[in-house]
Amino acid sequence: MDIFLQQIINGLTLGSVYAIVALGYTMVYGIIQLINFAHGELVMLGAMVAFSVIGALAGTALPPVLIVLAGILAAVPACMLVGYAMERVAYRPLRGAPRLAPLITAIGISIILQHVALLVWSRSPLAFPQIIPLVSFHVGGAIITGVQIAIILTSVLMMGGLTLMVYRTKLGIAMRATSQNPQVAGLMGIDIDRIIAFTFIVGAALAAVAGVMVGTYYGIAHYSMGSLLGMKAFSAAVLGGIGNLAGAMLGGILLGIVEALGAGYIGDLTNNVFGSNYQDVFAFLVLIAVLVFRPSGLLGERVGDRA
Amino acid sequence: MRGVNMFAKTQAKWVGVALIAIALIALPFALAAAGTAWVRIANLAILFVFLSLGLNIVVGFAGLLDLGYIAFYAVGAYAYALLASPHFDLHFPFWVILPIGGLVACLFGVLLGAPTLKLRGDYLAIVTLGFGEIVRIFLNNLSQPVNITNGPQGISRIDPFSFGSFSFSDNENFFGLAFSGPIKYYYILLALLLLAIVVNLRLQHSRIGRAWEAIREDEVAARAMGIDTTRIKLLAFAMGASFGGIAGGMFAAIQGFISPESFVLVESIMVLSMVVLGGMGNIWGVVLGAVLLSFVPELLRYTVEPLQKSLFGRSIIEPEVIRMLLFGLALVLMMLYRPAGLLPSAVRKRELAKPDADNA
Amino acid sequence: MPNREPEQGTGDGVLLECAGLDKRFGGVLALAEVGFSIDRGEIYGLIGPNGAGKTTLFNALTGIYGCDAGGFSFDGEPLAGLRPDQIAARGIARTFQNIRLFGNLSALDNVMIGRHVRTRAGVFGAILRTRATLEEEAAIEKRALELLDYVGIAARGNDVARQLPYGDQRRLEIARALATGPKLLALDEPAAGMNATETLELKKLLQRVRTDGTTILLIEHDMKLVMGLCDRVLVLDYGRRIAEGAPREVQRDPRVIDAYLGGTVA
Repeated sequence: MDIFLQQIINGLTLGSVYAIVALGYTMVYGIIQLINFAHGELVMLGAMVAFSVIGALAGTALPPVLIVLAGILAAVPACMLVGYAMERVAYRPLRGAPRLAPLITAIGISIILQHVALLVWSRSPLAFPQIIPLVSFHVGGAIITGVQIAIILTSVLMMGGLTLMVYRTKLGIAMRATSQNPQVAGLMGIDIDRIIAFTFIVGAALAAVAGVMVGTYYGIAHYSMGSLLGMKAFSAAVLGGIGNLAGAMLGGILLGIVEALGAGYIGDLTNNVFGSNYQDVFAFLVLIAVLVFRPSGLLGERVGDRA
Repeated sequence: MRGVNMFAKTQAKWVGVALIAIALIALPFALAAAGTAWVRIANLAILFVFLSLGLNIVVGFAGLLDLGYIAFYAVGAYAYALLASPHFDLHFPFWVILPIGGLVACLFGVLLGAPTLKLRGDYLAIVTLGFGEIVRIFLNNLSQPVNITNGPQGISRIDPFSFGSFSFSDNENFFGLAFSGPIKYYYILLALLLLAIVVNLRLQHSRIGRAWEAIREDEVAARAMGIDTTRIKLLAFAMGASFGGIAGGMFAAIQGFISPESFVLVESIMVLSMVVLGGMGNIWGVVLGAVLLSFVPELLRYTVEPLQKSLFGRSIIEPEVIRMLLFGLALVLMMLYRPAGLLPSAVRKRELAKPDADNA
Repeated sequence: MPNREPEQGTGDGVLLECAGLDKRFGGVLALAEVGFSIDRGEIYGLIGPNGAGKTTLFNALTGIYGCDAGGFSFDGEPLAGLRPDQIAARGIARTFQNIRLFGNLSALDNVMIGRHVRTRAGVFGAILRTRATLEEEAAIEKRALELLDYVGIAARGNDVARQLPYGDQRRLEIARALATGPKLLALDEPAAGMNATETLELKKLLQRVRTDGTTILLIEHDMKLVMGLCDRVLVLDYGRRIAEGAPREVQRDPRVIDAYLGGTVA
């Protein structure tokens, strides 16, 4: 029972991060039907930038919360800028093109970003300095750390904020309209170029914070951390129903829990034939299973016509 | 006068072909002068051409997005390695197990394709990517409880091609020329490649090739004309996978050693890029793309490193990083300015051109 | 002239029979209890105001949509639940309202692809270039050229399909459908966008197609064409059949006139 609870806690934590990243994927796919392969790299950039700042401030007397906040405040604008540049330079010109072109472009951008990061920060991972006191609480027979609580809370706040924006503001309506039918939205006076750019920027900001959270959780950040995480988050988005915000959140959390439970129990279940080193397979298996048996996802897709 | 023109043109064409043939035959020796390493690079380039041709059937002919193609290469390589190495102590001859590798890969292709080919483009791309990763993870971990793949350490001392006592990995002397192992492999690889090109050309201009084109153009209309699109797409997948499997076997033999590291996602992307940048659907474009993307990085490595050393005293940027940066940039730029590739097929070029003001 | 594959089937003259057909989209009943029958060798028209469900009926017939109730029987065999390619194999070929050619391919290629369903060469035939395969390929090309000539665009064989003039595109689509060797040719608004001369040529072409042995079902809005070409018509309105019979009778039927709000009679 203890293992179960512990894995649920771990799963929730990881799942919240997946959810935040999945939101970025799902928003972009919902609005221009593009799988932004480079989104995972934005998460990585967020982590790297934040860690650089945090590392620089670690020796000072500032309280840890402020240091981490400074890291986030540095990471978010950086990622928003890169996200905007991506859309403007590489994706916008390809809006009418057959699907393969933007997909290849996205892969190209992903490669560029990874290697630029490699150049700037070198191969050695950045470590999270020991500035956060280890705080933990006992729940049932399991432990939940302060960092885990912070991650879950932050994610919930961001998900709430995003939902509010999308469903309660004019900007949000514009986003939803553009996502359903860009041509008509344009005819109604919505500047779809700006809305699409905005979508990318919001997604990038979310990715930045997610990056900081992941880096803090695992204690390290390195140039190649974006790809696998990105793939898993995308699986989560598909699981929940691509284009569907609630779906991305649900999918992310579910995937995190499934992965954690799987990693925890797979050894026992298969008599140690398969160990927790197969953990990464779960995300892919889930992805394939969802796409084959229920392609519209758990909560249904929300994808409009192509822009 | 027209007759003379035609005759001259055909003659010119044959002269051209002969020249290329001579160049190809002499190539390994020219390369060997610069170092045997270059012959090995040429051999790997041939393997990549093979792979690109196979992926071209899937992406170029049938228009299906496959981001995990390297999995078939891996399957073929491991099939070969398991049947011709000390690992299980099996040593079957290469001409038996190369086709077996192709068949096993074909089977994997069918297994992957059957449930997934009905998905739309983007999703198929992701599913195939996932499949590629799953295969790699399994290869990395199937060392317990039964040691099938030997995990991250891979399988080594794989048998080279051999006919009786004539082995392709030994150095020999014929007619006063030194035939090193790689040079011998070059010729047999080239021969197999030429065969592959012929097979591809024939497939393209056949009833099946036309059906693939129809599906790519308009799947609904294709079905309305009686084409069983699911089966035909599966055929493309299976054929592409077979090519990958055979290439994998050859890879295992030439290298003598394989590990899951050679079959990572980046390799799938690399092969896809060769097809896309070279010219999807056009066999010669694909060949060009594969050759370029195989040789240019190596050339870079040999020039950039000494250049940096002489300019800066040391190597500031690793050639590998430069290579990948340029590669990423090439992908983005090509899609922006020449999405149909370097040598596009006429049809693809039309597909990717802006829609003209023709009647509708 | 189009040669059809040898005919089997029912002894009587009915080729296609439809009974009690329902089709729903969410809450909307697009087709309700539709029933009709088409005799061999007929030219049968399907008319009705916009939105009456004509193309929906076509799509149900050719397997693109499933039926919620009722169904079709073709040449004695039920067509329930078959896929579009299976239905084409059984002998129903169609054209589309918005023209769905293989736009970037040549006209000749388009028609040759139409022969796919009646030919057999597979991967091994293609790779080994067996004699049987080569003969089949030659036959395919020959037949395609014949059909291009039959519909009147013999000179356009090597032209890119989507660059053809509009009228030629429609004819190409018919040639492609004929290439599948159908017993029933189903045309969705073949005269749309055509002028009077083109329409007259189309009428002559379709009459020839019928004389040469293919039954025709067509959706049309051009009443002059319908009157002059069709043996019988079916009138749909709001998904229901409101009249069936010879064009002249149907034209006088008050329910039909009502449906068209005064009706257009040439």
